[in-house]
Amino acid sequence: MFYREAGQFKTSYKADQALMPILQDRVGLLVILAVAFVVIPVFANDFFLTSIMIPFLVFSLAAIGLNVLTGFCGQLSLGTGAFMGVGAYAAYKLTSIFPDANVILMVLLSGVFSAAIGAVFGLPSLRIKGLYLAVTTLAAQFFLEWCFIRIPWLYNYNASGAIEIPHREAFGVVVSGAEATPIVRYFIVLGITALIAYLMANVLRGRIGRSWMMIRDMDIAAELMGIRPLQTKLMAFAVSSYICGVAGAMMVFFWLNAAEPSSYSISLSFQILFMVILGGLGSLSGAFMGAAFIWILPVFLKFIPGTIGINVAAETVEHITFMIVGALIIFFLIVEPHGFARLWQIAKQKLRVWPFPY
Amino acid sequence: MLYDIFIDPFVQMYEMPDFFLQVLWEGFVAGILYALIALGFVLIFKASGVFNFAQGIMVVFAGLTLVGLNENGVPAYLALALTIAAMGILAYGVERVVMRPLVNQPDIILLMATIGLTYFLIGFGEFVFGGEPKQMITEELGLPTGSTAIEFGERGLVILQHIDIAAAVIAVLMVAALGIFFNKTRIGRALRAVADDHQAALSVGISLNQIWAIVWFAAGLVALATGIMWGARSDVSFALEIVAFKALPVLILGGFTSIPGAIVGGLIIGFGEKIGELYWGGLVGGGIESWLAYIIALIFLLFRPQGLFGERIIERV
Repeated sequence: MFYREAGQFKTSYKADQALMPILQDRVGLLVILAVAFVVIPVFANDFFLTSIMIPFLVFSLAAIGLNVLTGFCGQLSLGTGAFMGVGAYAAYKLTSIFPDANVILMVLLSGVFSAAIGAVFGLPSLRIKGLYLAVTTLAAQFFLEWCFIRIPWLYNYNASGAIEIPHREAFGVVVSGAEATPIVRYFIVLGITALIAYLMANVLRGRIGRSWMMIRDMDIAAELMGIRPLQTKLMAFAVSSYICGVAGAMMVFFWLNAAEPSSYSISLSFQILFMVILGGLGSLSGAFMGAAFIWILPVFLKFIPGTIGINVAAETVEHITFMIVGALIIFFLIVEPHGFARLWQIAKQKLRVWPFPY
Repeated sequence: MLYDIFIDPFVQMYEMPDFFLQVLWEGFVAGILYALIALGFVLIFKASGVFNFAQGIMVVFAGLTLVGLNENGVPAYLALALTIAAMGILAYGVERVVMRPLVNQPDIILLMATIGLTYFLIGFGEFVFGGEPKQMITEELGLPTGSTAIEFGERGLVILQHIDIAAAVIAVLMVAALGIFFNKTRIGRALRAVADDHQAALSVGISLNQIWAIVWFAAGLVALATGIMWGARSDVSFALEIVAFKALPVLILGGFTSIPGAIVGGLIIGFGEKIGELYWGGLVGGGIESWLAYIIALIFLLFRPQGLFGERIIERV
């Protein structure tokens, strides 16, 4: 009833193969974009932007990156945090070496470095599969974390051992450093995330994305049909690491302002993996839903005791948040192992046939 | 540079054999402890195909429960018994609430469920016992505490902590007990049947639910022993959970399904890590312990993708 594609005829191949062939989807996307680009900047306060929207977008991008690798190419990775770290450190070094260059360009360029490193750590995937591969990606995680601590060149020999983002301007406004306004940061993060999400949506339904999915579904069969596992898997690792690297660079440049090696620890990897699994493996919209759930829920939980008037210590709230998040993860896995994306599909089907059950 | 890498460490080993022996002993003890954690993983993986990420936090949880009960005035041995009971309840709860509804789901979903369980146990443990590191009640449990110095060569000394010796003995006893349990008892045979084929096991009347609860309980006992031993060496704290990640390279070295593999893998990682850190670590600034284990495992994997003792994987289209 509400979501019915009957009567929408396509008269050309171009219309038939559009990214969103159904009118309601296009309208929905336009509404979301309008909210993101117009409504939120107009009405949101700084707190909402800095502690909810910016991290949410950064994590969504990272989740898209991991989803490319795990959801579409079937290679389980626990090294996401470290690849994000590579992006952050690369962007930091680039902007210290070229202080006059546009910092947004540097952030986009930093992904190239993490793509190269990701491809190197992807090499074992040709021989090792499944959980064994997951453990070997831990090698990347711990080795890179060690590099962030032990190679002082990476953080410009700072006494604190952390990277601090310098003041940079682009297009006449301050975009990074402590003086940058949340609204500017928000627009940059939103722009990059939307751009990469759009590009990935097209890559994933094209030849490259299909070859990744063939490798995921059955690698030997894919090989017999002429897919080269070496190039395909390494490309998945490289693309995934590129996106994660950009997300990691955005995380420190436009959100945290400073980062220590522990910002990119294994717990970040797990957090991103949660977003991907709960959102739905192999779904771009799922990455956004998963990121929203994992990031916004704890923020939300923190404010509940205050609003209903119970006075609880901050520590206790944190512990209870851990318990609730853990329990909810198990709950959602039991209810719908295919994630929020599948729930959304079921909801769409219900809307399609409403008011009849089927 | 080449001299530093290829010759100098061996010269050092030859000239100071007492130090080398001490390093070997440290590696042995660390290896035993890694092997104990890995053992918990293997038990659950064998019986249910679940890669239990929560094993590390179970170690912490068992240790904390024991110490926490003792702090509140429960006598040590009673606290031990109560902790064992608590691990039993945890095992039953996990089986009933988490595993049973998730039967037949893909590996990755089960893996994520155990990570969810990890989060839950971290929150629960900190909520009940607080986040501060605690002292393990070594003496109250009747475990030895002193150390023995063995003279070696002309002027060398090798120092052995008694608790380490106890840890090694307990680990050996536990592996032997598990071996007997798996091979000689009725339940053990049922466990192996479940490990081989879930459906065939069901069809001859073995209750999967019961078996899984038993396996999780056994893993809980292993976690308790590990928690006591590790807690006696350092403190009982949530930092232990990071150390538990070290059990993963041990697992892939030994193969996910092999108990002897867990032990051998643990020892290889323990020795390799300590020797690498003390003789080669200085060349690159130290601290290589955090990743060396994974690199060792990675190199082994490139030659044997199923681990040293794992079953050969045959893939068909």
